[in-house]
Amino acid sequence: MAAQRILIVGAGPAGTRAAEALVRHGLRPVVVDESPASGGQIYRRQPAPFKRTAKTLYGFEAAKATRLHGVFEALAGAIDYRPSTLAWHVHERVLHLFDVTSERFGELPFDALIIATGAADRVIPFPGWTKAGVFSLGGSQVALKYQACAVGRQPVFLGTGPLLALVAYQYLKAGVVPAAVLDTTPSAVKLRHAAGLLARPSAFAKGLYYLASLRAHGVALESGVTPLGVEGEPAVEALVYRDAKGRDRRLACDAVAFGYGLQSESQLAELAGAEIAFEPLSRQWLPKTDADGRATPRGVYLCGDGARVRGADVAEAGGELAAYAALADLGREVPHARIALLRRKMARGARFARALQRVFPVPHHFAEALADDTVLCRCEMVSVGELRRAALALGASEINRAKALTRVGMGRCQGRYCGITATTVLAAAAKMPVEQVTGLRPQGPVKPVPIAPAASE
Amino acid sequence: MASDPQLRRIEETDRPQVEITVDGLALEALAGDTVLTAILVRARRLRDNEFDGKPRAGFCLMGACQECWLWRADGRRLRACTTLVEPGLALTTHSPLAAWQHKGS
Repeated sequence: MAAQRILIVGAGPAGTRAAEALVRHGLRPVVVDESPASGGQIYRRQPAPFKRTAKTLYGFEAAKATRLHGVFEALAGAIDYRPSTLAWHVHERVLHLFDVTSERFGELPFDALIIATGAADRVIPFPGWTKAGVFSLGGSQVALKYQACAVGRQPVFLGTGPLLALVAYQYLKAGVVPAAVLDTTPSAVKLRHAAGLLARPSAFAKGLYYLASLRAHGVALESGVTPLGVEGEPAVEALVYRDAKGRDRRLACDAVAFGYGLQSESQLAELAGAEIAFEPLSRQWLPKTDADGRATPRGVYLCGDGARVRGADVAEAGGELAAYAALADLGREVPHARIALLRRKMARGARFARALQRVFPVPHHFAEALADDTVLCRCEMVSVGELRRAALALGASEINRAKALTRVGMGRCQGRYCGITATTVLAAAAKMPVEQVTGLRPQGPVKPVPIAPAASE
Repeated sequence: MASDPQLRRIEETDRPQVEITVDGLALEALAGDTVLTAILVRARRLRDNEFDGKPRAGFCLMGACQECWLWRADGRRLRACTTLVEPGLALTTHSPLAAWQHKGS
């Protein structure tokens, strides 16, 4: 058979397992990854001069991380691996690349494209979030894992989701006692939905263990808080928040790490032509797929957190499944019993992820309550009020129209950190259901690339 | 606290030293540091935002927010959170276009 051109974007849990399955079936996929080493964000590797053990880096997940790294290393020579390479656009069945090291552009046509682009922190802007010393929650974990650094001497961890207690615990273990761990989800909400997490008792037990360890070290743990603002000039000196009893509190700190779970990096899938649908709990417009990861355009497959945020274990299953879908569509034999097993794993993972969304709901209502002068777009300093005025005075009741008028979501992060909040603000101002204002349409390049003329391959 | 740097090294501080230059000043980093780390273990400011002129110190640290752009001496841009230090790296924290932008506004 003529060489079939199969591309995988991403070398995290999903991309690694997809590549492994394809190689096992005699194919030689191209694996494009923005990072210099495989592992994705969750199993991100430290730069070579660091010598910390897997146990230090990945804690309870050390065995999984080591196994996944080993799987990828065993593929050397059997795949066409392009590390430090950004896949910045897909157009007419051609993937557009930028090699960060050589600063060269490239293009790869494909018969099958497996997109495993992972996730980024979900944030909701609040007053002061642009100050130096405010970081995304995942970013504060990267500082620790990738650089052996803490983001501050007295960091506050704020937000909700499984990552909140985990990162705070990792800081504690590294010898940095958090100033506080502030969960925005009220205790009653967590208790009401906690039974849904018992489907995976080990994950549930780990979460409780992290919290118990923090409490044992005297770290203040609060639930049901509302962030009001970050104080300090020019950098963070305190976090002001409202506690569960409605009292305003000021907490001295030198860093704030916050996040409300993760959101799919689905831009490339949309550019590839995938149809999208509104997912109400996350308020994200996500590409539609079948059970095996097939998106609507022929030959495009989605897996891992980039398709749906379901964590690393589900991502490994999804990556392998997406590879079999691609193989089947290319007319190859596929292992049906294995596929049935992976589908069951995916279904269980989906149920657990939905339970997590209920235990740690994204506090979308925070966005509606933001004062007009709150910075919404941190790239270009567009305020919440400017977006509301676009809705009211200019009649922009669709987010892409509002973007054209206010530049919200047009900055260099491409709306990653303000986009969903912007839709909530706009819908509330226009008094419309949030899905009616639609979502920000991604544009290529999905991340900035130089515009200087560069040599092509 | 205001004078303390933003990032604090926790361990693995016995890596080889690497000298880089930031805004004309020599700075000792450690091999394996990102540019962002090398600067923020000494300071609380990485760069200034183009729209409000206020200091920023990165945000996502994983190459998504594009908040940490700095420039090489030849004007090429880099992302401080994903670029590792190398000996002799010379950087500026102000856009080479900034002077031109201010004249134009």
